[in-house]
Amino acid sequence: MERKAQTWVTLAYQEKPGSLPEGREGFLESSQPDMSKYLLLQSRDLIFSNFNWRELCGNPPSFLGNSPTLFGSRRFESIKSGREELDLEYENGGHQNQAMDFPGGRISFTSEMRFVSESPRERIPCYRVLDDNGHPIMHSSFVEVSKEEALKMYTSMVTLETMDTILYEAQRQGRISFYVTSIGEEAINIATAAALTPHDVVLPQYREPGVLLWRGFTLQEFANQCLGNKADYGKGRQMPIHYGSNKHNYFTVSSPIATQIPQAVGAAYSLKMDGKDACVVTYFGDGGTSEGDFHAGLNFAAVMEAPVVFICRNNGWAISTPVSQQFRSDGVVVKGKAYGIRSIRVDGNDALAVYSATRTAREMAITEQKPILIEALTYRVGHHSTSDDSTKYRLVDEIEHWKTARNPIARFRKWVNGNGWWNDEGESELRANVRKQLLQAIQVAEKAEKPPISDLFTDVYESLPSNLCEQEELLRESIKRHPQDYPSDVPT
Amino acid sequence: MLGIVRGRVARGGVNASMTVRDALNSALDEEMSADPKVFVMGEEVGEYQGAYKISKGLLEKYGPERVVDTPITEAIDHIINSAAKSNYMSAGQISVPIVFRGPNGAAAGVGAQHSQCYAAWFGACPGLKVLAPYSSEDARGLLKAAIRDPDPVVFLENELLYGESFPVSAEVLDSSFCLPIGKAKIEREGKDVTITAFSKMVGYALKAAEILAKEGISAEVINLRSIRPLDRSSINASVRKTNRLITVEEGFPQHGVGAEICACVVEESFEYLDAPVERIAGADVPMPYAANLEREWPSHRVQHSFVYTNVKVERSKITFLLF
Repeated sequence: MERKAQTWVTLAYQEKPGSLPEGREGFLESSQPDMSKYLLLQSRDLIFSNFNWRELCGNPPSFLGNSPTLFGSRRFESIKSGREELDLEYENGGHQNQAMDFPGGRISFTSEMRFVSESPRERIPCYRVLDDNGHPIMHSSFVEVSKEEALKMYTSMVTLETMDTILYEAQRQGRISFYVTSIGEEAINIATAAALTPHDVVLPQYREPGVLLWRGFTLQEFANQCLGNKADYGKGRQMPIHYGSNKHNYFTVSSPIATQIPQAVGAAYSLKMDGKDACVVTYFGDGGTSEGDFHAGLNFAAVMEAPVVFICRNNGWAISTPVSQQFRSDGVVVKGKAYGIRSIRVDGNDALAVYSATRTAREMAITEQKPILIEALTYRVGHHSTSDDSTKYRLVDEIEHWKTARNPIARFRKWVNGNGWWNDEGESELRANVRKQLLQAIQVAEKAEKPPISDLFTDVYESLPSNLCEQEELLRESIKRHPQDYPSDVPT
Repeated sequence: MLGIVRGRVARGGVNASMTVRDALNSALDEEMSADPKVFVMGEEVGEYQGAYKISKGLLEKYGPERVVDTPITEAIDHIINSAAKSNYMSAGQISVPIVFRGPNGAAAGVGAQHSQCYAAWFGACPGLKVLAPYSSEDARGLLKAAIRDPDPVVFLENELLYGESFPVSAEVLDSSFCLPIGKAKIEREGKDVTITAFSKMVGYALKAAEILAKEGISAEVINLRSIRPLDRSSINASVRKTNRLITVEEGFPQHGVGAEICACVVEESFEYLDAPVERIAGADVPMPYAANLEREWPSHRVQHSFVYTNVKVERSKITFLLF
């Protein structure tokens, strides 16, 4: 068959077999003489591993043999579209005069000057399964949830809300220094967590303690971290709500915004290298998408084909910055396309929709080894943190509306009640129990010992260096000489 | 693997020599060969063979899964806020056994944003280890140590040194060769004055010592090798012997490496100093581009003309020259 491939390739020219190749780039013509000396390193249009030397140029280079490393990376294996386009070209007999080859692939041209509009006529629609009254919408497609699963989800959402309410109060009473609530975002927290397996690695921002709760972190463990006592897995090093737990596959919270995004991509790449049946899930808010790390992270994920699910909690506010002042795109879902990432917009207050979308995204990420972006629309009912009073920049009526009429827990409750799986007695008993457990956990955490002095100096490096040994000694001596200047409850 | 190393070593009589570029390349190669978990990631590291050809041949040998080309992103924040702090903030749950390596400091005619020395910046971060090799022996031994180290290491090379050749012993060429992190090397012993330097400046310090020797002054040249942790005991032991100290660096003087060395010597060996500590550093200005201006930037006057500094020896002033 006559092949008139106008394909941009990067070739390596080997002087002799075994020597290091020199690079060369250009259009690959079927009439290219003596292709046996050329080693194809990269083609913009062709699937590398399926490239058929014989069809193109008759004789495959003798040194190719079975050396898969010479054929480029796994990252090219999943590029199917390039091959389809190439086949199409051959079928049409080669329409080179209607298409142009630039680095990046074949592109058709137009003589009509048209700008792509900055705002769409229609925004990307939002996937939801349950209506505001908790009834499944007709013909909605979703992943089924068992009664057991649904009840665990519901009770976890209630537990999360109760924990937030009580620990927020504890901060107001001066018992802890700081707190961040997830009020209004319980469906995102719990439903995404329920859609994952314990082997999936989670890199949170800081408004996702529900994921840790779902995975078995106890109320006592939460309280220990907030009180910074000896039992805190973080050894009292971080502010409250900066939870982290290796055994729950939940990376320690880091305050700077969006730093977890490129880290998540790296972690996903390591899962890919190890061929694990797991993905990484990372969370961030609407504000986080303005950070440079969001851009770098999504771009890397797409190019390196990392199995990571990006979940954006678009809750409308980044402290006092409303989304209209954060970006001018159609929210966050459209940003995925810009990086070549498959994306979906979902009603973040619909637990079933969130569950379904996350389950599906996870499967896509793992089986196809590529990133997925989920934009979960929701509302931040609470203040940004205990250092914020959001009534200063938004209407109390608006907050109330989302707290009541649009409450994700109430909505899901209506659904589980409707199925006959839950009732009001169960409700009050659950809330009372959680409240009691938590108050006790806080008391226990308050009375517990603080971390010892030595924990000030460990983990800076893997082993304690001599200068830190000296500094620890100096500190101990200083405490001995001036005990009145140091807190009395710190064990030495 | 040893074959690759031998192929790059020039035989000159009994002594072998090796460029810094080949030293770094062979160290990467050997460590990747020894531990399948070691991999290289960055812009141009694979098909381009490295922006400065340091990773030449590695893609072909280890494949694209261990030599990974990535898109570009330039950010210092993750080095100091994530890598340096993660192990501490996570209480040991997140370790970061990474090496950030690349050229540091000035090359020639590359202007302000490509000429800064970051030794002092990174050296100020608890949680990081910071290394600065000079010779090919340093390059091999310290890079191997950095790769094997479980903590995050910033490995500051120098573009102008990549092509320079140094003698290497059989011990250095062996794949098990490794240098300890935190130990300086006495490049030249002396008794009248201690000169500390790192990276390219070690070469100039050694040349200065030669000139001083002709004038009857015996200078001890210390190649720091490690910026963090700093080898305080070697520096102090030397100053207690010579009683005089000059610190040399190409970076800016304020809050520089020399300032830290001066502080630690004043703290620990005050009575031993016969004269105030002298610091030689670059001018406190962004590096200009024009060749004549670059030459006049005092640190580069170290290269092309003379820098005078005063050393009091038994109440008489003598000047010594670095060129």
